[in-house]
Amino acid sequence: MSWHAPRNLDEALALLAERPGLVPFAGGTDLMVGRQTPACGRQYLSLARLTVLRGVRETASGVAIGALTTMTEIGCHPYVCRDLPALAASARATGAIAIQNRATLAGNIMNGSPAADNPPALLAYGAEVVLMSAAGSRRVPYEDFHGGYKQTVCRPGEILTEILVPVPPPGARHYFRKVGARRAQAISKVSLAALLVGRPGSWECVRFGFASVAPIPILARTLAVAITGSDRGLPDDAELAIALSRDIMPRDDIRSTADYRRRVAMNLVREALAPWTRQGGSNASA
Amino acid sequence: MHDDDRSGAVPFKEAPLRKDGTEKVRGTARYIADVRYPGMLYGATLRTRLPGGTVVSIDFDENIAWDEYVVVTAKDIPGVNAVKMIEQDQPVLVEAQYRHAGEPVMLVAHRDPQALGTALAAIRIEERACDEGPVFTIEEALRPMTRQIVAGNVYRDYCMEKGSVARALGEPCHVFEGEYQTGAQEHLYIEPQGMIARVEEGVLTVEGSLQCPYYVHAALVSMTGLSADQVRVLQCATGGAFGGKEEYPSHIACHAALLSLKAGGRPVALIYQRAEDMAVTPKRHPSRTRVRLGADGNGRLRFIDIDFVIDGGAYLTLSPVVLSRGMIHAAGPYRCDHVRVRGRAVATSHPPFGAFRGFGAPQSIFALETAMDGLARTLGMPPEVLRARNVLVPGDLSPAGQGIEGPLDMHRVMEEALEASQYHAKVARCRQWNAQGQASRRGMGIATFYHGAGFTGNGELALRSRAGLRVSAGGLVEILTSTTEMGQGMQTTLSEIVAEALQIPYEGVCVARPDTRDVPNSGPTVASRTCMVVGRILAQAAYKLIARLRAGAALPSAYDYDEFCAACARLHASGDVATVMADYQHPVDSQWDESTFQGSPYRSFAWACYVAEVEVDTTTGEARVLDFTAVQEVGRVVHPTVAAGQIEGGVVQGIGYALFEEVHFGTDGQMANNRVTNYIIPTSADVPPIRVLFQESRAGAGPGGAAGIGELPMDGPAPAIINAINAALGTEIRHVPAMPEHILAAMDRGHL
Repeated sequence: MSWHAPRNLDEALALLAERPGLVPFAGGTDLMVGRQTPACGRQYLSLARLTVLRGVRETASGVAIGALTTMTEIGCHPYVCRDLPALAASARATGAIAIQNRATLAGNIMNGSPAADNPPALLAYGAEVVLMSAAGSRRVPYEDFHGGYKQTVCRPGEILTEILVPVPPPGARHYFRKVGARRAQAISKVSLAALLVGRPGSWECVRFGFASVAPIPILARTLAVAITGSDRGLPDDAELAIALSRDIMPRDDIRSTADYRRRVAMNLVREALAPWTRQGGSNASA
Repeated sequence: MHDDDRSGAVPFKEAPLRKDGTEKVRGTARYIADVRYPGMLYGATLRTRLPGGTVVSIDFDENIAWDEYVVVTAKDIPGVNAVKMIEQDQPVLVEAQYRHAGEPVMLVAHRDPQALGTALAAIRIEERACDEGPVFTIEEALRPMTRQIVAGNVYRDYCMEKGSVARALGEPCHVFEGEYQTGAQEHLYIEPQGMIARVEEGVLTVEGSLQCPYYVHAALVSMTGLSADQVRVLQCATGGAFGGKEEYPSHIACHAALLSLKAGGRPVALIYQRAEDMAVTPKRHPSRTRVRLGADGNGRLRFIDIDFVIDGGAYLTLSPVVLSRGMIHAAGPYRCDHVRVRGRAVATSHPPFGAFRGFGAPQSIFALETAMDGLARTLGMPPEVLRARNVLVPGDLSPAGQGIEGPLDMHRVMEEALEASQYHAKVARCRQWNAQGQASRRGMGIATFYHGAGFTGNGELALRSRAGLRVSAGGLVEILTSTTEMGQGMQTTLSEIVAEALQIPYEGVCVARPDTRDVPNSGPTVASRTCMVVGRILAQAAYKLIARLRAGAALPSAYDYDEFCAACARLHASGDVATVMADYQHPVDSQWDESTFQGSPYRSFAWACYVAEVEVDTTTGEARVLDFTAVQEVGRVVHPTVAAGQIEGGVVQGIGYALFEEVHFGTDGQMANNRVTNYIIPTSADVPPIRVLFQESRAGAGPGGAAGIGELPMDGPAPAIINAINAALGTEIRHVPAMPEHILAAMDRGHL
């Protein structure tokens, strides 16, 4: 294997333009697990020195999170905790504490796992990602980022540099729940992040982001339409379940069953909508 | 949550520091993967891929310089091509026919691990499948017209009978019936298995991660045809075992030895990666138990009728003794005149199942204790009342016909468990909670059980264990035993026992490294026997040592440690032997009939009542243990921290068995989720407060009245937790692990 450690972003982009086969290495928490011994022939691009890509800042319209910001930093960052509590919660539910100290938000996205912990919140919040290459940069809505299983729209020579998240209006319900095989350090069987603003008949925002129910992290658009399109309160459970079944494609695997995933996905939707179905529903991510 | 030394309540002299603690905390303990020798080769194993078949040919890629490699096949085995165990049915290396995927066919070694990897990919083993399909379940194995791995696919078919169930069935009583299943369980010891073999001064020397040095020694002698003194086995620091390093280290030792012998005695390391370890090494036997219980209107048990079947996998290994222990524990700690337990170990196409903490008892106890709750529901009686009416008390005969003697008081164990767990108040609180329509349900569950310490029946007699003490001129006493430290605290416990018997400080005692050239055969480190059996032998050795020091070195009748050391110096100066040995003494009144399973199966039992408080999330089906109480009567606690650690660890392993640990088998019959990321064990986040409470009758057969405790805590958590889930949801879950997927489905059936 070979190892390239550029000192700054320009150098990194130049190297990547030259050798588009380089594998960017951020926290390495996925790459090191997946690495077969020996990692013969692979060439890595270490991003460790690109400190400019690390940190959280406020922008005019929201929060900008540097690609190399770690789960630990996101999970306790005051802006994220205040404005994007579902993302703070998903960062704190990622891996173990030691993993959270190294794992980065961009790494969690770029690994492309359908079970990744942070994509549901990014989908719910309507995040965009910034892709940079030596030729320039472009912004892509995160909901369009994954083309298929383990695929992204990132082109050769590009790296993900920043994640832009608009700040939801006050009064929004931020929901996040990860259902794993145990309370920590488990890959999700199903997880849901939801951003809900408004009320039946006059919704401003209804976004449900799921993990582990399809080949990619998905935004449940049919479900959202069923809810926003109803002018007589919330659709009943059967209608919600039908809409949800059009969005998700759960399957049996070593971690769970399609049946369980379908059923729990629906239960989580109900839990997210609880404040509008009965009194006393709690804001799970707060 | 419990009274141990972490709160500073236990003085140091009662809970001295662990003998092996410092090296493990500092990271200086040397595990097998830390050991290097100059010129050492690295070995690897090539295995079968089909679930039973014939090896047709082995092809070597011509582009590899094979003369650089050491290559071993069955043809290189100088002695018997079988791993020495109960039967010699399992080959060290496959010759042609084989029974399961993952069987070793060939061994390869090279000084460079990378070159080794290249070579492994360049060898092709051509296999032909069996004509008949593999059998992967107990049901498939027992079906007629199926692949016959052994005749009828039954290794053993035993019956234990007391009174007459047939007669009891003719009389009117309330009957409850159920079928219960338990899954396989992976040990997931901290450190994968591994061995290094070399020839040193003409002696085949094998060291590694293992529980039972003399099992490995016997296997090597049989496989090499060498004499006993030409083979030497040493234990390295061992990172957990739980039974998983009882039998399989013999396989790896044989493989490493074959490579080293073929390499002219050069050191060869054969150390498994985690994935290989999980795929091929034995796991807990899956089981199916049919239970039929009859009781009168007052809840007194009239009969217990059990059909207990375990899946032994493709070779016999230890299944007969796992089966007998499971059967003896199957009828529980209850008084009942009519008991029948049929037990079978069946053959399937999985890699063999083997020893795992509890050794058959967790399986049968799960079935009985969950069925006891079923019977309680049938009778409309609280489960703790049903148990209290039936637990054995002094004067009773156990299901095996063993007389129960005082001062044991199982009622006091139950009372303390109910009180410490606030059982009655919490049952009421759970009922209130469940009536509120929250997104969760709560329940309390209970299990009462016992676990016999030491080998079953006449097993200890056959082992004829020996242990000894060696004293230096400076007064340091070394324990000589083949019993191994694997994290359970054996060095600490045995050192305390010896220090106490010699009346010298704990610091004056240490444990010699298990090395078959230096220590006698004290039997295997299994079956909750270390403290009770080996501890007792060592106490006898200590008394012999005192006698020798008095007779030959003028040790005064009352002495302090300085006088003890001075006597040791005189003993050495006089040239007298500074080593004493003692042998196991079998009690003369202990009888065991292996044909009827009647008599005294174990000299001592530890008795327990465990209580679990569980919450089930109705959104996800996830069950969480909120609180756990473990009360046990163990004769005597030798070291409070070590003892509490055994109980806590066992409870956590039991929680895993109940709720998390699901072994998935692939279509080849091997474990498919053979990674730590997808075989789920509990983390500290899943573990509730565990209240560990001991009662000490001082009636055990070990030093100061101690019994064995190592396996006991594996038995109770699964039934207590499943009983709590069923109480919370009104379900009838009858298997472990009870995953959220199963719990949600069971809730549907219960119309919750």
